[in-house]
Amino acid sequence: MLRCLSLALVLAAPASAETLGLGRPALPEEIAAWDIDVRPDGAGLPEGSGDVLTGEEIYLDLCSTCHGAFGEGAGRWPVLMGGFGTLDGTRPVKTVGSYWPYLSTVWDYVHRAMPFGDAQSLTADEVYALTAYLLYLNDLVPDDFVLDRANLAETPLPNEDGFFLDDREEVELPLFSGEACMTDCKENVGITMRAAVLDVTPEDQEAREARGEAAAAADQGNPNLAAAARDIEPSDAEGSLTMVGADPELVALGEALFRQCRACHEVGEGADNRVGPHLNGVIGRVAGGVDDYRYSSAMANAGEAGLVWDAVSLHDFLADPRGYMTGTKMAFRGMQSEEDIDAMIAYLGSIDG
Amino acid sequence: MAKGPTRRTFLTSALAGAAAAGGVRAQTPDPAIVELQPWMQALGEGVDARPYGVPSEHEAHVVRRNVDWLTADPVSSVNFTPLHELDGIITPNGLCFERHHAGIAEIDPAEHRLMINGLVDTPLVFTMEDLKRFPRENRIYFLECAANTGMEWRGAQLNGCQYTHGMIHNVMYTGIPLRLILEEAGLKGSAAWILPEGADASAMTRSIPLEKALDDCMVAFKMNGEALRPEQGYPLRLVVPGWEGNMWVKWLRRIEVGDQPWHHREETSKYTDLLSNGEARRFTWEMDAKSVITSPSPQAPITHGPGPTVITGIAWSGRGTVPRVDVSLDGGANWVEGRIDGPSLPKSVHRFYHEFDWDGRPLLLQSRAHDSTGYVQPTKHALREIRGAESIYHNNGIQTWAVNEKGEAENVEVS
Repeated sequence: MLRCLSLALVLAAPASAETLGLGRPALPEEIAAWDIDVRPDGAGLPEGSGDVLTGEEIYLDLCSTCHGAFGEGAGRWPVLMGGFGTLDGTRPVKTVGSYWPYLSTVWDYVHRAMPFGDAQSLTADEVYALTAYLLYLNDLVPDDFVLDRANLAETPLPNEDGFFLDDREEVELPLFSGEACMTDCKENVGITMRAAVLDVTPEDQEAREARGEAAAAADQGNPNLAAAARDIEPSDAEGSLTMVGADPELVALGEALFRQCRACHEVGEGADNRVGPHLNGVIGRVAGGVDDYRYSSAMANAGEAGLVWDAVSLHDFLADPRGYMTGTKMAFRGMQSEEDIDAMIAYLGSIDG
Repeated sequence: MAKGPTRRTFLTSALAGAAAAGGVRAQTPDPAIVELQPWMQALGEGVDARPYGVPSEHEAHVVRRNVDWLTADPVSSVNFTPLHELDGIITPNGLCFERHHAGIAEIDPAEHRLMINGLVDTPLVFTMEDLKRFPRENRIYFLECAANTGMEWRGAQLNGCQYTHGMIHNVMYTGIPLRLILEEAGLKGSAAWILPEGADASAMTRSIPLEKALDDCMVAFKMNGEALRPEQGYPLRLVVPGWEGNMWVKWLRRIEVGDQPWHHREETSKYTDLLSNGEARRFTWEMDAKSVITSPSPQAPITHGPGPTVITGIAWSGRGTVPRVDVSLDGGANWVEGRIDGPSLPKSVHRFYHEFDWDGRPLLLQSRAHDSTGYVQPTKHALREIRGAESIYHNNGIQTWAVNEKGEAENVEVS
């Protein structure tokens, strides 16, 4: 009995008595570096402010290629404005204006994850300005509106009351629980819809065979190498600036590194302009030389002044984009390793225009 | 509950099969037997050739696949587990579906930290080494994306259970009960919610009630015995058993303790369920009971003709075990109990079978899961009655495959 009692006492002891003493206290600077979350009541917001017009400038530079000049969304990238009155229809458009319940969510998300591929690069003022501009795009504030730490939590979004707590336990579980019919449960069974009619399944024999080959190639060694080897066409020696016979390993490394560029740039067959211009044949191209891409004036001017992308100029640009060209839209902090830069140039040089 | 095929039914099936196949006798010797095959004669690769083994080259088609038109970019997208090629309950690590919001973070474990801050007595920082000094547990859980089967709300769309149901995997996690880590920091009396955060470029966050965190959540560093794969959150991920996959934050770097939910993007703009009246459910965390026949299915047709035939599939519930799965061959008019084989664990995938003698006539195959709470998987029609067709998430309706005389299967909906 006494033994039991002492056991109970041990179990009831405060948690602190049972800790293992693992880890170490976090320093205030460390918490400040990582604790960036913001709540609807404004908790977590830093000092700062931004206005609609400043937000528009940043938006056009960093956001519009994916989200559209007016927040209408390009391709399948998210639509940011409008959609009011569509939530109970057959094609609801869920935007910051029509669907999101809290403005703090916009601030938090833009700050932690945008621009796509260059997260946490915006200052607090820039995030306030962009958030203000998104309100303006949704006709929720006038064009002289200024958003700051104090008024953000006081700026409600229209759909705040459009949400309710999960009620499946009351609404669905009783309905879907109990005895299930086992025999003669339906009089007639007919097919009402077939997936084959839509025919959107990404499955065909050719693709399967191609995957089989790729997998077989991958088994032979470095999969990147195998993939790159397929991409390299026999070079036409005419373009003196193309990397004829570039080291395939370097090209493969470049291809792997290109992953960090892919959020903004496309290469290869059917490549199109996105946040940045397509990069097919970029080696030998005049700076600002893709006709239907909206360059920064800095890039357009450089092209008019005669800048052509070759191994030297591209090297300097990739090492420090904003240092090399003040005013470029390219939101990329640059590549530090010489080998990586060489690999990227070798890879880009392996793709014809 | 889980009845095996009786000797009598098995013999009957085998006889019928032989009869249906016409009792075929070989007319000429089988070259696979009478000819010397290369692997019977020449030496194979030695033990140094495959220090990390890969599947046979004949299995090269068993891969995760993407649906290009679904998303704007593969770095913020999803691919699908090839369920039609798998058996048992465990998903091999290399075939577990992937969902990233900013691509795969490639993290050096020596540079990885887990911070606990907020409403705790002592905010703490742990290295991976620190974490491996906590007591560990091993648990098998399914992880299902809330959007699994989401493309099917408006009707049958994709031909293959890989695409209709492949946003699920089931592995054994080794990790630390989250409760131990939180207690190490000491919870303040007002603590009610946690906010796990990822170290990737999306800095994924979700609000989770403290009650769940202290109940069965884990901080895992191994899956199926080996380190987490990079695409599954290496070196550290959160495990939130039975709840939607988006909450299982990968590349876990921080857990903040608070007194209110944060209402971040992934629990407001996304992962809320819009109903037909224009209002949306929020915090729909639990995954309802669900099942699907994985073979035969559109990517796994019946190729052997009439005779003994194996139907197999998987079933799971976020609220417990799945003691029973029913199978229908006629589109839900008549049902028989399937046979569950293998471990029946809460919040884990279950494997079921139904062996029968196919007469070669068209089939409308369905499966229906019953979970340990008494919940029975509903029809898609019953779900739409309540939710409409625009809620994207939590579609656990009964799936129908139409099998024709040739054994080919198609994704259909039935009356």
